Amino acid sequence: MLRFTLKRLISGIILLLVVGTATFFLAHLAIGDPTVGLLGSSATPAQQAALAHKIGTDRPLLTQFLDWGGHAITGDFGTSWRNFQPVSGQISLKLPVTLSVVTFAIILSAVFGGLFGILAGLNPGTWIDKLVKGAAVVLFALPGFWVSLVLVVWFAVNLKWFPAVGYVQPTMSVQGWLRSITLPAVALALGAIVMVAEQLRNAFIAVNGQDFVRTLRSRGLTQTRVVLHLLRNAAPASLTVLALMFVGLLSGAVVVEQVFALPGIGAMTNGSSQNGDIPILLGITVVSVLFVVIVNFVLDVVLGWLNPKARVQ
Amino acid sequence: MTAPLTDNIDPRAARRGSVLGRFLRRPAGAISLGVFAVVVLVAVFAPLLAPHDPNFVDLSLFKAPPSAAHPLGGDSTGRDILSRLLFGARTTLIGAAIAIAVAVGIGVPSGLAAGYFGGVFDKIATWVSDALQAVPGMIILLIVAAASRNSFTFIMITVGVFLMPGYFRLTRSTTLTVRNEAYIDAAIVSGLSNTRILAKHVIKAVYAPIIIQTALTAGMAMGMQAGLQFLGIGSANTPGWGAMMNDGFTAILTDPLLLLWPSLALGITIAALAVMGSTLSDVLSVRQPAPRRKRRPAAPSSVDDATTGALHYEPAAAAVQVRNLKVSYPGADADIEVVHGIDLDVAPGEVLGIVGESGSGKSQTVFSILDLLPAAGVASCDALWIGGRDVSALDRKDRHKLLGSKLGYVPQEPMTNLDPSYTIGYQLIEPLRSVHKLGRTEARERAIGVLTRVGIHDPARVMRSYPHQLSGGMAQRVLIAGAISGHPSVLIADEPTTALDVTVQAEVLELLRELQQEYGMALVIVTHNFGVVADICDRVAVMKHGEIVEVGDVATIFTNPANDYTRELIAASLDDAASRTELDAAYDTTERKAVNA
Repeated sequence: MLRFTLKRLISGIILLLVVGTATFFLAHLAIGDPTVGLLGSSATPAQQAALAHKIGTDRPLLTQFLDWGGHAITGDFGTSWRNFQPVSGQISLKLPVTLSVVTFAIILSAVFGGLFGILAGLNPGTWIDKLVKGAAVVLFALPGFWVSLVLVVWFAVNLKWFPAVGYVQPTMSVQGWLRSITLPAVALALGAIVMVAEQLRNAFIAVNGQDFVRTLRSRGLTQTRVVLHLLRNAAPASLTVLALMFVGLLSGAVVVEQVFALPGIGAMTNGSSQNGDIPILLGITVVSVLFVVIVNFVLDVVLGWLNPKARVQ
Repeated sequence: MTAPLTDNIDPRAARRGSVLGRFLRRPAGAISLGVFAVVVLVAVFAPLLAPHDPNFVDLSLFKAPPSAAHPLGGDSTGRDILSRLLFGARTTLIGAAIAIAVAVGIGVPSGLAAGYFGGVFDKIATWVSDALQAVPGMIILLIVAAASRNSFTFIMITVGVFLMPGYFRLTRSTTLTVRNEAYIDAAIVSGLSNTRILAKHVIKAVYAPIIIQTALTAGMAMGMQAGLQFLGIGSANTPGWGAMMNDGFTAILTDPLLLLWPSLALGITIAALAVMGSTLSDVLSVRQPAPRRKRRPAAPSSVDDATTGALHYEPAAAAVQVRNLKVSYPGADADIEVVHGIDLDVAPGEVLGIVGESGSGKSQTVFSILDLLPAAGVASCDALWIGGRDVSALDRKDRHKLLGSKLGYVPQEPMTNLDPSYTIGYQLIEPLRSVHKLGRTEARERAIGVLTRVGIHDPARVMRSYPHQLSGGMAQRVLIAGAISGHPSVLIADEPTTALDVTVQAEVLELLRELQQEYGMALVIVTHNFGVVADICDRVAVMKHGEIVEVGDVATIFTNPANDYTRELIAASLDDAASRTELDAAYDTTERKAVNA
């Protein structure tokens, strides 16, 4: 178990290093001279040279990489090329917004995906099962921002149940905060809910067909207790999907935040990419992948713990 | 992303009949393909269909309402919405085509190679594919957009790269499955080159799932493309649905129609693709009969109402008595009856054997008594007396209250009948606490007691163990312990010794007999082996093709079987014994010779 954990940890660190390096060179080589984008086309060559010297892009690329990489390992992603504020500080300001929405979406996916998955899995072939399958096909295909727009028009503009745009800090008002992230989270979660439901349904049906379930029933256990056994055995497959969804949600949040005008990393990425503010983009990429690596690592540990054969040796 | 639709594809199904025909016969298939065909036609003939230049700005058209010349009005820059919508279809489809060409072009060949050859390439390619799935694509896409000065082509190529893992994983796993088929080995032995094998056999199996995956991937590519346009990425002169949605969204409060048209276009196109993929997947999937809900038929289904078997006891005096039991399963056309109306009973303290070969309906009979038939199975009977009470009219919940306390069940296959995720202790204690309402200590003591009783020497350690840590014989003892822990008045054992080693078989049979006498239970033992019957049964019912052909005392049936089939079964079990004696004798002689030599 310890060896397995260590192996996954090293694999995650390698992934971070590779993605960080690849993104660094992709961004620098592709964007070329960033000072044009930063200063606009009206800047004089002298102004451009001064800025290039200030942000260090007048040095050889390899030197820049070693400088950036060396600091990045310690969690210091340098300063923004536009406002010269530390990147880490800016990301840590925006990250809570995105993580609030994504975490809320994951909770919704787990709860409602679980609920629909269990209902469909226990009643295969019935209307609820068909509904879940039909919804899975269409909702998973539709992009999150499209769903967001429908939700905004319906619940925010027409019914006025939720604010259409904007973010409320939880320190200001917890209720306001929840209201401000509900619609974005629902928009993100709809596709994930049906995916989790579909997976759990299939896992449920597979487990339900196994001999030991009949034996459990023969002991007189109630349906609720049998369902708990089914859930426990279907959990690994469903958790895997949930973890896979996390990356998708993080990606989807970039666009959904735009719809709801949430000041998260999505809006920051979009702005920085248009300006060619490479340090911010690199910081966001590394931090996002770090979260994905953490989620996958936790998943691996939980899966190992859930599997008696891996736990007991 | 995973591809849930491609899980159950049967490669052979692609060759059965006309796939297109079956696809089109389904309303969902015909409609979705029709809608998508319209989108394609619009995209191809956009220059002819569009009434105006999509980029021509006419300031009088600024957010103009629909008119004869401009059926959908004008946008917030003063351009004709209908024309932009029609040309937008073109952008959407070209973008999706680029992304898919890249995704298929990289994903499929690398998946084929990784699955077919394995080795280092497989390891590296799988790692890269997993790594790509760990990177939030939208962030990298924004970097590429900035780097390429919003080049539409570059962005869609990158989208393709991020959609590639879906194809890679699908192709790799399908190829791996085919690779392990015997006919591929045969092709290799017969000297076919790898290229020919890949082209002839592997591609054949892979192409159907890939088409389905493409329907889904195209939808995703369109979604990502529109999402990027919505963020304001892309040239203003490229008419796109996502850009139009952005334009409409900013004017949502004043001119909601600006948002409606492009949203509808994108939503309908993606939904059509998703439904196409799903329908194609259904058409190509292995047909499984939909399990039907359990229902209680009011009248017995067969016209011929003569029952087989016989009743020996008054209903109230029997431990179990069933009259005219029928079991059927839904078939392709009509229900298939597997048990045709049998009468059977067993008295308290009696051991009844139900003998027959596989498919004779003996297991179906006992599962009906337990009310544990598979979901699709339907049982009906005139009466079912358990412990002096007719329970045939009870609903499922009340029937299941008999389980554990009145009826105990010992299954056939010990290794698959314990929940792999829980300890033995948990599985023994849970029913004692929740069904039999024992306290924590009491339940634990009872569990240890029954484990000791069934011959387990180290009950405390076994309680802590998981099923995979036990041997088959141990697991069967645990299952017997679980069945008797609630002190049932009837113990039903379905082939309890079939899966065990010969030496363990005798011990388990002996244990069942001891327990039956100790607890005064009725024991119903299902078996195909007359040796087992001779060993422990008082009475025996012989089943064949869902009917009881003979029932009576074991001694009478052994000495004077009335039925030919019974005679055959007895002879078969004696043959087995005889041949084993001969084998033993042969072994003895050869060994003696070896020793003497």
